Amino acid sequence: MLTKRLIICLDVRNRKVTKGIQFQGNVDVGDPVEMGARYSDEGVDELVFYDITASAENRSCDIEMVKDIAKHVFIPFSVGGGIRNLEDMHRVLLAGAEKVSINSLAVLHPEIISEGAKAFGNQCMVLGMDAKFVGVSEKIPSGYEVYIQGGRKAMSLDAVEWACRAEALGIGEICLNSMDADGMQTGYELTITELIARAVNVPVIASGGAGTLEHISTLFEKTSADAALVASMVHFGNYTVQGIKDAMKKSGIPVR
Amino acid sequence: MESLVVVDYGAGNLTSVVNALSFIGLKATASSDPSVIIRADRLVFPGVGAAGTAMQTLNETGIGKAIIDVVKAGRPVLGICIGCQIILDSSEENGNVKTLGLIPGRTVRFRNEPGYKIPHMGWNQVDFKQIHPIFKGIESGRNFYFVHSYHPSDVPYACVFAETTYGSQSFTSALGKDNLIATQFHLEKSGSVGLQVLKNFSEWDGQCLQNG
Repeated sequence: MLTKRLIICLDVRNRKVTKGIQFQGNVDVGDPVEMGARYSDEGVDELVFYDITASAENRSCDIEMVKDIAKHVFIPFSVGGGIRNLEDMHRVLLAGAEKVSINSLAVLHPEIISEGAKAFGNQCMVLGMDAKFVGVSEKIPSGYEVYIQGGRKAMSLDAVEWACRAEALGIGEICLNSMDADGMQTGYELTITELIARAVNVPVIASGGAGTLEHISTLFEKTSADAALVASMVHFGNYTVQGIKDAMKKSGIPVR
Repeated sequence: MESLVVVDYGAGNLTSVVNALSFIGLKATASSDPSVIIRADRLVFPGVGAAGTAMQTLNETGIGKAIIDVVKAGRPVLGICIGCQIILDSSEENGNVKTLGLIPGRTVRFRNEPGYKIPHMGWNQVDFKQIHPIFKGIESGRNFYFVHSYHPSDVPYACVFAETTYGSQSFTSALGKDNLIATQFHLEKSGSVGLQVLKNFSEWDGQCLQNG
């Protein structure tokens, strides 16, 4: 039986893993390669590395870092931030990443999804999506709007519609980040997670809001999400990978 | 010194395989040169991508013939993912493609099943059906990492070393014959158990006892 995945997200700034609260007020928590290797040894199922300043600095992602990670991490990992075109994707994949994650780029140039899927396969294309509850309207029927540029720019784009369109274009997976829940440690935003998980037939990773073991169990009990993404929970040492996996197992969730 | 060669035929990512081998202390050379491949003492044949495209490259470059020669010479050969499919007779991917035919069987697509996404992607259990030296020290039922939409099928019982279940579909996830062994799962992405299998492969003399 395919297990539900626990994914750890590492936001990287100047080669340091950093953790912010609602996209602001970041603190550095360690070295990305070291932390990635440690989490991998502890049994996490997958890792995501975001080069969070690449876009703002208008550069491609730190490829030397990706190569370094690939020499020490032997589980799947994806890389996002600073993926500006097919060439960037190719370099990241050749460096040893399993998948690339695109967010603003995909919203502004949706054709990049089909081009990437055609060149490298759907399985390595991840759509990162930042969604925020803005209330149901004609323009935003689900009530959740897509934001880009690290949550700074509202796009008048409905999150569920965007997920479906991205799937049709060939995205292989969707990592849905709730901006309302991000860094708050009050639990995942279950409503939008389930709306999207039901609307598409590609795996959905829930992101933003995990703070307790119960939040993770609740996610898998109440939604059909395929994976739970955590950051603060483990970065600050409050929980371990093993502790989270044990709790998932206890709740009857299939885990590795 | 024994030469360990990783076949480079343009089908996706070799870096991870070379990195994994290097991490466990093995020096591997990636090569697309049939004259290097044919002289390998030990060969790893990885790959992601489509079987049709891969087969075309293997035929055009002479790499396919070199792989067959290494297998026939009795030296240990390990296929991973596409490398596990291409050693069978044919593949449904990209129409009906004739593949290397080193082990009887064919590659077919997962049937659509409500609630089960294709590709089959993530960690799933590998249940051993026969003992094999490359799985030494690993319990049956451990999780390995998979990413694929097609899987081996109709492999003779004697060549099936492991099975995995996705939804209601059970498929052959490790297969082999004599000095040739192949896994549908990614050993280079399966954490410590994957590295252990690679290590076992590097120490394998190419002999195995098979059922039937």
